[in-house]
Amino acid sequence: MAEQADQPSVLSVSGLDVTFRTLRGEVKAVSDVSFTLKRGEVLALVGESGSGKSVSTRAVMGIVRGNASISAKRMQLAGHDLLTLDEDAKRKLRGRVISLVFQDALSALNPVLSIGDQLGELYRTHLGISKKEARERSIELLRAVRIASADRRIDDFPHQFSGGMRQRILIALAIALKPEVLIADEPTTALDVTVQAQILDLLDELREELGMAMLLITHDLGVVARTAERVAVMYAGRIVETGAVDDIFRAPAHPYTAALMASAPRIETVEKLEPIRGAPPSLIALPPGCAFHPRCARRGELCDKVRPELVAGPNGRSHACHYPLVEIAHG
Amino acid sequence: MAEPILAARGLSKTFRAGGALFGKPFHAVKDVSLAVAPGETLSVVGESGCGKSTLARMLVGLETPDEGEILFRGAPIRRDKALRRQVQMVFQDPYLSLNPRRTVLDIIAEPLDVHGLAKGAARRQRVEELLDSVGLDPAAATRFPHEFSGGQRQRIGIARALAAEPSVLVCDEPVSALDVSVQAQVVNLLIDLQKRLEIAIIFIAHDLAVVRAISSRVMVMYLGRAVEMGAADQVLVTPSHPYTVALRGSALEPDPARARLARGTAARGEPPNPVDPPPGCRFNPRCPRATDICRGEEPLLTPRPGTTAVACYHPVGREQLVGA
Ligand SMILES: Nc1ncnc2c1ncn2[C@@H]1O[C@H](COP(=O)(O)OP(=O)(O)OP(=O)(O)O)[C@@H](O)[C@H]1O
Ligand SMILES: Nc1ncnc2c1ncn2[C@@H]1O[C@H](COP(=O)(O)OP(=O)(O)OP(=O)(O)O)[C@@H](O)[C@H]1O
Ligand code: SF4
Ligand SMILES: [Mg+2]
Ligand SMILES: [Mg+2]
Repeated sequence: MAEQADQPSVLSVSGLDVTFRTLRGEVKAVSDVSFTLKRGEVLALVGESGSGKSVSTRAVMGIVRGNASISAKRMQLAGHDLLTLDEDAKRKLRGRVISLVFQDALSALNPVLSIGDQLGELYRTHLGISKKEARERSIELLRAVRIASADRRIDDFPHQFSGGMRQRILIALAIALKPEVLIADEPTTALDVTVQAQILDLLDELREELGMAMLLITHDLGVVARTAERVAVMYAGRIVETGAVDDIFRAPAHPYTAALMASAPRIETVEKLEPIRGAPPSLIALPPGCAFHPRCARRGELCDKVRPELVAGPNGRSHACHYPLVEIAHG
Repeated sequence: MAEPILAARGLSKTFRAGGALFGKPFHAVKDVSLAVAPGETLSVVGESGCGKSTLARMLVGLETPDEGEILFRGAPIRRDKALRRQVQMVFQDPYLSLNPRRTVLDIIAEPLDVHGLAKGAARRQRVEELLDSVGLDPAAATRFPHEFSGGQRQRIGIARALAAEPSVLVCDEPVSALDVSVQAQVVNLLIDLQKRLEIAIIFIAHDLAVVRAISSRVMVMYLGRAVEMGAADQVLVTPSHPYTVALRGSALEPDPARARLARGTAARGEPPNPVDPPPGCRFNPRCPRATDICRGEEPLLTPRPGTTAVACYHPVGREQLVGA
């Protein structure tokens, strides 16, 4: 199934742009975003609220809401070219080859169908198994995402579950058909740390058993540190830094990445939290040059004039900054 | 503690699992009492499904308790308009709680309209101030919820809850959907408002570091029960209940070398089950300190001088007293 023997990439996106046309003007939600995911790998996507993480992944899934124009140079999924595939063929890939854990658990579940019906339908349509077998598998799956009394609760409706339980039900729906690529948009935000640990272990098992690759969107830098090999940081619709998790956590190059890390709270201390000063820019009228410059402590002469390109260094590290905190050797 | 503004005594709520008529009844919340004073923040933490949102919904009058009572300024709560204005809630599911067909202006102004607090230009100005205070562009007022990211919608919900200047704010995971910088901004905003307006806050969250930053006191819940309650630093830094200790131990730090040690270490076995709770202490099947006594009578939340109240026969750090 893989073209390259060593590390085939299962998902590869380049030059992705998403623009919303609104009454107020064009909202440039995603600009020139590129990334690749290798088999079994976890890439974390982090960044400011509203920076385009969910819209990017929805564009890959072909399910952007609203009046959007989407373009990309390349969008390859497990040997399929998503740019030329018709809607019907794409629908067949969803769930089986690529699937998404939505950020909004409640709006993604059907309120008038029981959980058992929603899971069962997925199994029956994709695997053609009997109602009874589908029900058994659904119960198994609910157990795997740690829903207690799964055999009883399978007949309950979404509103009868807690926020975190609904999030786990969405994870169950997303992994039911054992996809090659899982996009998990804030999969554990509604979970306490002990249940989160169990869900992250479950996702690790799927990676090991099936070679599932994961694009993990999360605000929790602890979850990134535990789970991901690589990380991409977004700001105002663009990727501003990428690299190995160890490298970036040790020494971030982009001032936004550094400021983000510095604003994380710690259990041991009660010092006043330090948000990044200023407000995120309007995506309708982005600041000239580097979009982060009005808030940047390191800004220099070039920053409000020239937009920094994402420059690549060794080990897959890159950053888009004129005055990075660490120089990466140009390879 | 100063005179509480909101207090709950012995609250319980049962639901049925597997059908409203024939399902098996279980306690989502069991015998929980709490009190908050003006200017104070009480955080509620605990496992997913342990009853935090149900407790919050009872406190704001969206759910009727099966047992127990809720007091506002010492008097049993009446579900009248004036009170609704005093106790506001920020909901856990931001998308669901925002009407998709209304503009952000109308959504945030709803409490102003209901209580007749502002009209016309003043209404608009107030909404713009609120948007600004939660870190959103005042121009957002004319847009609709679907045009916003998850974190932006959460902030719209916070702005709405603040619109009528309530004296008690019940926040159900208000910052979980936000990046750490915006999170810090919203936490600082809540702390500032609290100082300025002396509001009491009940804050449900699972990020213990955020809880530490905002709380005066913390209550820990497990399967519908309060199992530990006390000053934030005591509960979070030197926890006594074995469940609080487990919670503290599972917190991930933004340090790859340390965080990766947590891989593959999560508890396995049957998840804790409110429908069939174990006899005795509800935590005993998972507890490393459990003994026979823990499988007998259920331990009750018991105050201890100088430290946290705890519902446990063998609280951590108190070995000598039990003689175990
Ligand atoms: N239908 C739409 N019309 C106009 N603007 C939109 C629409 N959908 C999203 N946006 C805008 O696009 C930007 C990116 O949104 P996106 O949901 O991708 O953010 P995000 O990075 O996932 O944020 P969060 O962390 O808060 O979930 C936001 O600023 C949002 O306001
Ligand atoms: N309307 C309802 N009908 C039946 N069961 C319900 C209903 N609302 C909540 N429950 C159940 O009550 C229990 C407690 O739910 P609650 O929403 O209070 O949990 P929570 O502590 O807020 O969890 P989370 O952290 O996941 O949001 C869960 O088992 C849930 O399924
Ligand atoms: S009462 Fe027993 S089982 Fe329960 S937490 Fe304490 S030691 Fe553990
Ligand atoms: Mg998002
Ligand atoms: Mg909840």
